[in-house]
Amino acid sequence: MLWEEMEFHIASMVEELVAQGMSEPEARAAAHRKFGNMTQKKEEARSTWIARWMSDLAQDLRHSFRGMQRDAGFTAFAVLIAGLGIGASSTVFSVVNALLLRPLPFRDPGRLVWITNGDYSTATQTEHYADLRELNRSFSDLAGWSGFYFPGDRELTGSGEPERLTSLPVTGNLFALLGVQPAIGRSFIAEECQGRYAAPPAVVLSYSFWRRRFASDPSVVGRKLTLNNQPATVVGVMPATFDFASVFAPGTPIDIFIPWPVNDKTKPQGNTMKMVGRLKPGATIQGAQAEFAMLGKQLRSQYPERNPITPELAPLAQRVSGRVSPALFVLACAVGVVMLIVCANLSNLQLARLAARQKELAMRAALGAGRSRLLRQMLTESVALSCCGTVLGLALAMAGTREVAHLQAFNLPLLESVRIDGSALVFTLLTAVGSGVLFGLLPALRVSAFSLLEGLQDASRRSSGGKGHAWVRDGLVVSELVFACILLVGAGLLIRSFLRVLDVNLGFQPERAAALRIDPSFRITSFPQQNSFIDEVLNRARSVPGIVAAGITDVLPLRDDRSWAVSGKGQVYKKGYQPEAFIRVVSDGYFAAAGIPLRLGRDFTQRDRADGERVVVVNETMARTLWPGQNPVGQVITTDGGRRVVGVVADVRHTALEAAGGLEMYLPMRQTGDYAAIQLVVRTALPPDSLAAALRTTLRPVDPNLPVREFQTLQDLVDRAVSPRRFLVLLLAGFAVFALILASLGIYAVISFSVSQRVQEIGIRMALGASPIDLESRIVLRTLGLAALGLTLGMAAARILSSALGSLLFGVTSGDPVTFLAMGALLTLVAAVAGYIPARRASRIDPMVALRSS
Amino acid sequence: MGTERAKTELLPGTLDMLVLKMLMRGHLHGYAIAQLIQQLSDDLLRVEEGSLYPALQRLELNGWIEGEWGTSANNRRARFYKLTPDGRKHLAEESARYLRVTGAVARIMGYAQ
Repeated sequence: MLWEEMEFHIASMVEELVAQGMSEPEARAAAHRKFGNMTQKKEEARSTWIARWMSDLAQDLRHSFRGMQRDAGFTAFAVLIAGLGIGASSTVFSVVNALLLRPLPFRDPGRLVWITNGDYSTATQTEHYADLRELNRSFSDLAGWSGFYFPGDRELTGSGEPERLTSLPVTGNLFALLGVQPAIGRSFIAEECQGRYAAPPAVVLSYSFWRRRFASDPSVVGRKLTLNNQPATVVGVMPATFDFASVFAPGTPIDIFIPWPVNDKTKPQGNTMKMVGRLKPGATIQGAQAEFAMLGKQLRSQYPERNPITPELAPLAQRVSGRVSPALFVLACAVGVVMLIVCANLSNLQLARLAARQKELAMRAALGAGRSRLLRQMLTESVALSCCGTVLGLALAMAGTREVAHLQAFNLPLLESVRIDGSALVFTLLTAVGSGVLFGLLPALRVSAFSLLEGLQDASRRSSGGKGHAWVRDGLVVSELVFACILLVGAGLLIRSFLRVLDVNLGFQPERAAALRIDPSFRITSFPQQNSFIDEVLNRARSVPGIVAAGITDVLPLRDDRSWAVSGKGQVYKKGYQPEAFIRVVSDGYFAAAGIPLRLGRDFTQRDRADGERVVVVNETMARTLWPGQNPVGQVITTDGGRRVVGVVADVRHTALEAAGGLEMYLPMRQTGDYAAIQLVVRTALPPDSLAAALRTTLRPVDPNLPVREFQTLQDLVDRAVSPRRFLVLLLAGFAVFALILASLGIYAVISFSVSQRVQEIGIRMALGASPIDLESRIVLRTLGLAALGLTLGMAAARILSSALGSLLFGVTSGDPVTFLAMGALLTLVAAVAGYIPARRASRIDPMVALRSS
Repeated sequence: MGTERAKTELLPGTLDMLVLKMLMRGHLHGYAIAQLIQQLSDDLLRVEEGSLYPALQRLELNGWIEGEWGTSANNRRARFYKLTPDGRKHLAEESARYLRVTGAVARIMGYAQ
C-alpha cells in the first residue's frame, strides 16, 4: 500500500521532469535518486505504521529479558514467589470451579430439584413418593433412590473371590430423569422394578466396578451373578462420566445399581427415599415449592398413619455443594490475599530496582522515548516476569490438582473432577497478566514521573532516596503487614478451632480399637444359630493375644446411622414432634470394646436372649429427654414392641465431631434380627494393625468364605471425619506462613535499602560519637513503627473479616483474644528481627568508609 | 548531485505543522503537499520525501489526519489525506506555540516585530 503511494509520487515527479524537457529514463533515474532508497524508506515507514506496536513489544521484551538476566537474583526470587502465588490461585480456582461453578454432569442440570422432608429427615416415605409423583403438576418426572443402603450389603459369590458390594436401589426412571444413558446395555425395564427387594432380578454395573472386577469386558452384559445367594442378570454398565457417589453420596462408592421395587412390602419401610425431580419447562422452583407444600398438607391429612411429610425443595446444585461453600469461600479469599502480598512485595523490589537504573531511563527519555513509551516498557517487563512465574505456577497447579483429585480421605462431592481445564488456563493467564500489571504499575508510574533532568545529573545522593519514594515503599510494606496479619489471624482461629475439635469428648475411645466386618456368607435363620455365631466369634476374638475386649455392632460411629421415632410408655407426643433416636444393634461386650463408659445400670449379657425380657440401653441424652429428673433404669419405651431400660451409657458423637449426638438407643443383638451389617469391634493392647492378620486367622474356621477386606481402626474413622477441617487448616496455615515470610522479607528489604541510602549520614553520626546501640535502636524503632501501623490496621481488618468465618469456627469466638494477641506478638517479633539484621549491619559500618562513599 | 541548493533546515515538529496547514486547503495527496509547500515558500523550503512520508504516517497514527485511496487527476491511484477535528485543534495549538517561540527568538535577536 505504502509502495503504491510512493510509486504515485515518483510517477508524478517523472511527469514533471519530462514536462521540463528530460527524457523519460533520465527523469525516472533522477526521481529515484531524489526519492532516496525506496526500500529503506518503505521499511522505516512500515515500522511506524503497521507493526509499530509489535516491534515496540519485541524491543521491550528483549530489553526486559536482558534486564532479568542482569538482576538474576531478583528475577529468581520474583519468578519463585509469583509462581507459588499463581500456582496456589489456579489450584484453588480449579477446586472452586469443579465444586461450585461447573454445572453438574447431567442433562440440563439447572432444572433438577432435590426434595427433602423438611426438618424431619432428608428422606421420605415411599408411599408419599408414589402419590407425589401422581399428583404433582410442576415436574415432568420424579425419581429417587433408597437412602437406606449400607456399604457392602450384598455379597457377590460364585465367580472368583467373594466380595462385598455396595448396591444402590434406584427407581426405574432415575437414569432417564438425570439424562444419563448406560454406556453398554440398557437401564431397567418395568417388570424388573416389580420384583423383590431382597432378590433383584437385574443389576446395572457402575463403571469403576466393571473396570475393576470384570476388566472392562463388554460381554458381561447378560451374565448372571450371584448376589446374597440369589441370581441376578447384568443388563447394563454405566458410563465412566457417571459417578453417582461423587455427586450424591460422597465417600461411599457405589458398585451396582438395583431396581427398587416401590410396591414391595418387604423392603425397608419408613423414611427411606431420597427424591429428585426435573422441573417442567416453564415451571419455577418457587411455584413447585408452593404446590408441594399444599400436596404435603393434603397427604398428611389423607393418610395420618403414614410418616408426616413437609416437602422442601432446593436446586440440586445448591444441595450438592452447599455444605462446602463457606470453606471454599474462605480459601478463595485467602489465596487472593496471598496474591496481593506477592504483588506488594514484588512492587517494592521493582521500585528499588528501577530506581537504581534511573540514569539509564533518563537517557532513554532524552533520546526520544515518550513517557507513555517508558511506562509501557516497564509494564511489559513486569508482565514478562509474572508470565515466567506462571510457567512454574502451572506446573505447581497441575501437581496440586492431581493431589486434590486423588484425595480419598474426604467426603467432598465432585472432588475427582478437579483438574486444570480451559477455564483454569484462562484464569491463570488473567491472573498472571493482572498481577504483572498490578505490581509493575506503581514503580512504573513513580519512576517515569520523576524529573528526567534530575536523573541525568550526577547527584551525591542516589535520586530515588527522595522523600517521595520513601513513603511509597513504607506504604507497600505496611500493606504487606496488613495482609499477613489477616491471614495469620484467620489461620490462627481455624487452628484453634481444629484443636478444640480434636479435644472433643467423643464418648468412645478411638485409640487402640479397630473394627472388622464379619457378615457371614451363610444365612442366619434362627436365633440359636445367631447366638452361637456371636458366641464363637467373640470367644475366638478374645482369645487372640493382645486383644483386651471384643463386641459386635451393626453401625460404626461417624459412619453409618439410622433412626426411629421413640417414646416412653405412657408418653404422648403430637404427630411430628416425637423424639427421634439413633438405633444401634450391639452384642454384649460392645461398650467395653468401643470404650463407651456405662453410667447407670448394666451392660447387656449373654442372658439377654430372644426368649427373655426385651431390654434396651439408652444414652444420657435420651434418658434426660424422655424421663427428665427420674431414674431411667427400669423405664419402658414403646418402640419395637416395648423394651425396658436396663442401662445408660455416655453420649457418643456419631455424626460429626462438632455436633452433639442426640438420642441413641442400643438393642441387644441376641434379641433382634433387624440389622444389616455385623462389625466386630476389638480393643487392643498393641497397635491394632499388628493384630489384623491374627484376627482373620482365628475367625476363618467360623466362616471360610469370610470376605476380609474391611479392617479399619476407629482412629481412622475419626481422622476421616476430621480430614476436611484438617485440610483447610493446613492450607490456610501454609498461606499464612508464606505471607509472614514475604512480609518479613519486605521489611528487611525496605530497612536494608534505607540503611544503604543513609550510609553517609550514619558515618557522620558514628564519627560524632553515636554508639552502635544508638544506631541499632533507631533503626529497629523505625521498623517497629512500621509494624505498629501495619498491625493496627491489620488487626482491625482481621476483626472485621473474621466474623465471616462464622460456621467454620468451633469453640472459639471470631474475636478470640488469645489468637489476636498471639499473632500480633508473632508478627511484631518477626518484624523486629527483620529490622534488626540490617540495623546490626549499619552499626558495623566503618565511619571512614561511609564518609568517603558518595 | 552538486546542483542542489543549500537545504534550509526546519525546526523539528514544524514539518508536521506545515503539512496540517496545507491540508486546511482541502484533500491532498503526498506529492501535492510537497509541491504546495515548495511553491508557497518560494522554493525556499523543499520537503525531503524521506521525511514527508514518515511524517504523514505519524500524523495519521496520532489521529490528526485521515487517509483515503482515490484517483488522481491523471487517473492514477493515490492516497488523499484530510484533516480531522483533532487535527484542526492540534494545528491551532502548534501554530500558537510556534508564534510564541519564534517571537521570543526574534525579540532576543532584536528583530522588528
